[in-house]
Amino acid sequence: MSRGRIVIAGAAESTEIGRVPGMSALQLQVDAARNAIADCGIEPAAIDGLATAGHPPIDVAHYLGVRPRYVDGTRVGGCSFLAHVRHAAAAIQAGHCEVVLVTHGQSGRSRVGMTYPDPGPESMHGQFERPFGTKGPPSMLPLGVLRYMKDFGLTPEQLASVAVAQRRWAALTPRAFKRDPLTVADVLASPYVDYPIHRLECCLVTDGGGALVIMEEERAKDLRRKPVYVLGSGESSETPIITTMDDFTTSRAFRVSAAQAFREARIAHAEVHHLMIYDAFAHLPIFGLEDLGFLPRGEAGPFIEAGNTSPGGQLPLNTSGGGLSYTHTGMYGMFAIQESVRQLRGEATAQVDGVEISLAHGIGGMFNHAATLILGTAAAAVG
Amino acid sequence: MSGAVPEPTPDTLPFWEAAGRGVLSIQRCIDCAAHFFYPRDHCPTCLGDRVEWTEVSGRATLHTYLICHDPAPGFENDVPYVIAIVELEEGPRMMSNIVGVEPDPELLPLDLPLEVVFEERNSVVLPFFRPAGPA
Repeated sequence: MSRGRIVIAGAAESTEIGRVPGMSALQLQVDAARNAIADCGIEPAAIDGLATAGHPPIDVAHYLGVRPRYVDGTRVGGCSFLAHVRHAAAAIQAGHCEVVLVTHGQSGRSRVGMTYPDPGPESMHGQFERPFGTKGPPSMLPLGVLRYMKDFGLTPEQLASVAVAQRRWAALTPRAFKRDPLTVADVLASPYVDYPIHRLECCLVTDGGGALVIMEEERAKDLRRKPVYVLGSGESSETPIITTMDDFTTSRAFRVSAAQAFREARIAHAEVHHLMIYDAFAHLPIFGLEDLGFLPRGEAGPFIEAGNTSPGGQLPLNTSGGGLSYTHTGMYGMFAIQESVRQLRGEATAQVDGVEISLAHGIGGMFNHAATLILGTAAAAVG
Repeated sequence: MSGAVPEPTPDTLPFWEAAGRGVLSIQRCIDCAAHFFYPRDHCPTCLGDRVEWTEVSGRATLHTYLICHDPAPGFENDVPYVIAIVELEEGPRMMSNIVGVEPDPELLPLDLPLEVVFEERNSVVLPFFRPAGPA
């Protein structure tokens, strides 16, 4: 529907990521926003839309110094920013606004100015999960791993190889938080956070921000940067609590979101040259490769273990190092989009040759939601 | 164990009142002839309101789980403990803890038969599951 018409004209991360104790979450995202505005060279007064998750969009807009006539505060977990791009494309095409700024910032590591509330004791999570000792994502998101291992034969070594593959990319990426080489034995020797997940199969906890400037193709023509086209997008909800997901070995939200994005983009899987799949834990790229339709069920573990997603492999995946090695502020999805944009611009530090189409896929919460973006170069947009 | 205290809402109160009596009660849609969980004031399949509370068998299987080594507040003395998804004989799944067995993967194969047992934590009676005894 939106093929070739809506573009990401500007994209940037906060000046610093990783450990940034001197900045609040709000400062981090406004720093990223100013960087994204400078990246494309748009007049700040032209920004008439703002989307963010966590802080109210009104707070971010006013602190930055813009007065939007369109806001999107959709907060569906770490994939929120992928959904924001999708919503912004629709809003611009409907004439609600012309230039939408999407921002993210979290002080996940230093905890400066972080006030996001947890679900209360009356929520379904509060009533039917937390009384049993859940403590954040590590105690819930990997719940399906043992089931997947039993049903599909995934080995601990294959699961560990996800972290190893991504560390190979991070080694090529100076901004990555963790860059030291990693072996499967290292991963399996790290302590269990929650069995069967080892510490090195869990994402980082960092500070950082990112921002995107979204507009129509025509409007971007006079700006500084080569635009990245939104070829298709999707999203889907499944459940507010992981307990009630349909099947612990596959995400319905992943499948619905990805299928919608491929339908809109009118491309085949073989045309995707580069993938970012939100990796809060090592099993998520495995679920993603299968649920997005790149591999049959049960084949993603051996595929990653064999090096197919590593540097030089046939399907480059999480080429910044991802949430496991690059950065993970809490709602990581913004950083998946940023790396897709860098790859399509040809300016990633671990650049893959000839990337014309990149797919970024995000999870929200504990398999609660998902969102997918299929992005392309100008050549892909007319192709 | 202590930990977080659930706060019942009008739609969930019958579940918690039954648990207080040592009864596992979930809802069933009369029109769909199917049980569902978590509690709602209508059937999430047909959206009708012909739903009834039913005492269920308490028999379940161990669908999937993890063993928590990083305790939630109030669980510091209980690590490691099992956070499990159990599949009730009637179909729906619930989260619970597995009690009455060491938290050892060798003793906790998936699909292990389980039975409900009620224990009080923080003045609230919660349904837990233990390996089922001989039938």
